[in-house]
Amino acid sequence: MLPAEFGSLEPFSDWILATEPERYAKRLASAMDQMQAFYDAAFPLLEPALAHLDKFPLHELPEPERNLFHLMQSLVMVSFPVEVWKQPRVPDSGATWLDLVVEPRI
Amino acid sequence: MPHFAKPAEGSWTEHYPELGTSPVDYTDSIDPAYYEAERAAIFRKTWLNVGRVERVPRTGSYFTRELAVADTSLIIVKGRDGQIRAFHNMCRHRGNKLVWNDYPGMETSGTCRQFTCKYHAWRYGLDGQLTFIQQESEFFGVDKSAFGLKQVRCEIWAGFIFVNLDPDAQPLADYLGDLAKGLEGYPFGEMTEVFTYQAEIGSNWKLFIDAFAEFYHAPVLHQKQAVKDEADKLFNVGFEALHYDLHSPHSMISTWGGMAPPKDPNMVKPIERVLRSGLFGPWDRPDIEGLDPLPPGINPARHKSWGIDSFHFFPNFMLLIWAPGWYLTYHYWPLAVDRHLFETSLYFVPARTASERLRQEIAGVTFKEYGLQDANTLEATQSMLKSRAVTEFPLCDQEILLRHLHKTAADYVKEHADAAR
Repeated sequence: MLPAEFGSLEPFSDWILATEPERYAKRLASAMDQMQAFYDAAFPLLEPALAHLDKFPLHELPEPERNLFHLMQSLVMVSFPVEVWKQPRVPDSGATWLDLVVEPRI
Repeated sequence: MPHFAKPAEGSWTEHYPELGTSPVDYTDSIDPAYYEAERAAIFRKTWLNVGRVERVPRTGSYFTRELAVADTSLIIVKGRDGQIRAFHNMCRHRGNKLVWNDYPGMETSGTCRQFTCKYHAWRYGLDGQLTFIQQESEFFGVDKSAFGLKQVRCEIWAGFIFVNLDPDAQPLADYLGDLAKGLEGYPFGEMTEVFTYQAEIGSNWKLFIDAFAEFYHAPVLHQKQAVKDEADKLFNVGFEALHYDLHSPHSMISTWGGMAPPKDPNMVKPIERVLRSGLFGPWDRPDIEGLDPLPPGINPARHKSWGIDSFHFFPNFMLLIWAPGWYLTYHYWPLAVDRHLFETSLYFVPARTASERLRQEIAGVTFKEYGLQDANTLEATQSMLKSRAVTEFPLCDQEILLRHLHKTAADYVKEHADAAR
């Protein structure tokens, strides 16, 4: 599913999600140890992934590269819970929601 | 001792003596009768931004805009002559809503050659003219030229589409005035990559404008979002803007915001260091014309630490220009005295590479983390204002735009009431 040199991320392929609502829902539905494991595996590969993906035009990514891109979008999504909040939800956000309704799709 | 110069009067607020300095009465945010007065005096009388011209790129491109505050729905459409027009979204036959999909209350968009009513197939051209009546011979001499869609004033400023339900309103450019004039030339049209968020908020519409019209709250409410040393420093220093400007009914605040790029990379989260982006957007300016020099209305204090200008165009449109070369809009659409639809859009120069796109991604994700905290605080405020246990509140000099907003709304309500006498 992923470019060969990023094969170590295959166990996290359930984070290959094309839209923000899917990524946000998975974040809220995940336990912190799950997100921590994903982050610990993916974060060291962020720079190599950017270097690899930037060789392709953004809107013509081959399927494995597109999967890797969506995985890195999910890494961005879990970065706040892992790096800052230590919980999936934004603290003090109660029952409030803020839905993304338009985003550029890759 | 202020860190940044204030006007000779000693404060921004006293520079505008009509504002006064006494506590502000917030009954205007809980009183249902006052809300009804605002609907008539403000939302049916002033220019309302309904989006950008990029939403209607081609002949026949349209979108609908629900205006619950004025009990109507509008169609905004680009005609064959290239002109963008707005119409009440209502068939002239028996008043059915003309354009909608599945759910009449939900907004929609698309491209079409004409509008056909779902009910009896009456058809309208892109210019609103009635072009076809089903079984026309059954009617009693209906003059088609007199039954076009009901048009609404629609004018464009810098690519922003505005509507006005008052046929006698002054022209848009006159209404927006000098603050808008000072922004002309900014390359809004290059920034077409859009992220839009929506939320229904359990507060009066003015309370969310209040929240975003001051940055006094930022070091406190959002302190957990910065790394510890930086958060402590921000908390102890507090907040002071670089500059304020009021051109009633509109206003602006100009502020520093030195996180793009940060002076010390250890101030920001690990992922921000790798991506070179965060709340303040991508650290590196896009390579387009129009950002250097900036139009004269941006960073009016010409301060080297400048980070954001936030313009409030009365009543419910805010436009934020960020130093790293992107912009953001806020809209607050009232639904009831204690409820509104909040909409925000982030606009970037389109990404060409995965790196550029992920820099936008983290800006959007970070915005949402902050926005959720801001939004939730409002419901807490609204619920206590409703108690009326306290009705008047002291606003500080860094809250001048709030003082101005509540006064401006009150002036419109009063003027409208006086005119009706």
